[in-house]
Amino acid sequence: MMAKHKMSRKLRENLIGYSFIGIWIIGFLVFMVYPLLNSIIYSLSQVQILGTGGIKITFHGFKNFRDIFQIEQGFNYLEALYAFIKEMIMQVPIILVFSVLIAMLLNQPIKGRGIFRSIFFLPVIIASGPVINELISQGAGGTSLLERYGFISLINNNLAPRFAEPVVGIFSKIVIIFWFSGVQILIFLAGLQKMDKQVYEAAEIDGAGAWETFWKITLPSLANLVFVNTIYTIVLLATFSENEVIKNIRANMFDIKTGYGMASAMAWVYFLIVMTFIGVVTLVLLPRQKQRGGY
Amino acid sequence: MEQSTTIKRTSTKRKIKKWLLGKHFTDGLIFKISVYLLLTCIGFIYMYPMLYMLSNSFKSSSDIVNPMVEWIPTTLYFDNFLRAIKVLKYFKTLGQSLKITLVPALIQTVVTSFIGYGFAKYHFRFKKFLLILVILTFVIPSQVYMIPRYVMFYRFDLLGKALAIILPALFGQGLNSAIFILIFYQFFRMIPKSLNEAAEIDGAGPYYIFFRISVPLAIPAYITCFLFGLVWYWNETYIAYMFLGGDYPNLQMRLANFVSAYNAQYASEELMKINEGVRLSATLLIILPMLIVYFAMQRWFVEGVEKSGITGE
Repeated sequence: MMAKHKMSRKLRENLIGYSFIGIWIIGFLVFMVYPLLNSIIYSLSQVQILGTGGIKITFHGFKNFRDIFQIEQGFNYLEALYAFIKEMIMQVPIILVFSVLIAMLLNQPIKGRGIFRSIFFLPVIIASGPVINELISQGAGGTSLLERYGFISLINNNLAPRFAEPVVGIFSKIVIIFWFSGVQILIFLAGLQKMDKQVYEAAEIDGAGAWETFWKITLPSLANLVFVNTIYTIVLLATFSENEVIKNIRANMFDIKTGYGMASAMAWVYFLIVMTFIGVVTLVLLPRQKQRGGY
Repeated sequence: MEQSTTIKRTSTKRKIKKWLLGKHFTDGLIFKISVYLLLTCIGFIYMYPMLYMLSNSFKSSSDIVNPMVEWIPTTLYFDNFLRAIKVLKYFKTLGQSLKITLVPALIQTVVTSFIGYGFAKYHFRFKKFLLILVILTFVIPSQVYMIPRYVMFYRFDLLGKALAIILPALFGQGLNSAIFILIFYQFFRMIPKSLNEAAEIDGAGPYYIFFRISVPLAIPAYITCFLFGLVWYWNETYIAYMFLGGDYPNLQMRLANFVSAYNAQYASEELMKINEGVRLSATLLIILPMLIVYFAMQRWFVEGVEKSGITGE
């Protein structure tokens, strides 16, 4: 009797639990699993769009993936992908360092903190693809600002062209790169504000300087958030609608030569690249989190 | 006598030094000034595109070419906005934009709170596994499932209709739904279990508890999630462009095609040639609704991130 009662209680909890999340499972199957399976099929097939609007799928193995390295559309795609990888490697650290820095400045007890906080979060509200495009093309992206004060020529004059080029490339987009850090700043700031003031006092009594305190206390206790923010930044950059790779994939979807099949293959290559980034970040940053007993 | 003045001098010296450097350095004047200076400088660089846009959108074409006019236009020139409103078909498009922004954001907030609550308060089989899947839906680049989704929506005749955006949100698969599920998950977990248990003993059913006890406690989370959903849907263009295309243009898409639309409308008039003033006023018009929302609800955006419990785990 007792056991039966216990069983039914467990069953009941399961049922109620699933009644809350059931809608997600349905959505996940319909809008995620089914499309993902189809996407795999498309990527291994030639997909023709028929006049009636239907599609005809002819399986042809890995031809789409091979074609990426063989036909012109594929070369264009690879070029965009290469540029994306380079940008990602350079921009993610910049965004993270920048947002830690700003969060630490905003964590100081100064007047007008609220105003500064609002300023640094503002871009999140307005940064859509077309808006950023328009701002860059109209010279509001920061290039003119840096040029006016002679930054660009300073870099060009003082560095070898091989180094100057990427630096100038970063600086010409620096404002936009900064604009991607609004959410991260707030997350770091929230973490800093939760920290125990006594730890800092103790460190000071022990004679730790500001520099040591930052590396030995502040940064380690932000380790979880560094991980969260790194993932967030990667996803943000990978899904930004003006990203050349995803524009390229969409263009190939409606290209007669490539079509849905090849576009799907390209999407899966992109998937692999993004997942590799995330995997590496997880491997590098997650163990530290466990050591600290975060969970 | 002489000795006492030297003592006085050293003590004032020390006072000044303390005033400048502070007891711990971080509460001294030098430190404070440098914090202000840094924040103001970086803040200026940060705001530069916005200020540039604001200034230029009010410039007439003669102000734009005039090198003497840098920040403040000689006259406030509203013509740019009038033309931009015409070309964007602003008010009609605003209505359409709101429909595919407000509705999915609202639905998504309600649905994700439901899902988040389920994960937070009940133990069921495969819970851990399902939570990992939730996180995966955030991380997976949408390109891999967008093409079949497009085909699926085509079959059900949903392309070019607002429903194509709303439907995934209804099933917890909307834009960044995973983040909202996790926020609600964190939030509901912070509500003490004893509260639920007490209500249960009093004979309240699980849905009654959810709607009557948990939802009222989670109002801040609801507001924050709704606002973020609103902003993200407003700024989203990839999905909108793909599923809505030219049949259902929102403001962002009109901005993307602004130059050609403008040239088509004002092709014959030489004096009305497109310039950055018009383009930037169009951009300003696109971000204006969200700016208003931001300045009205600022607290909820900024503090929402802190209260969401992202930092908790």
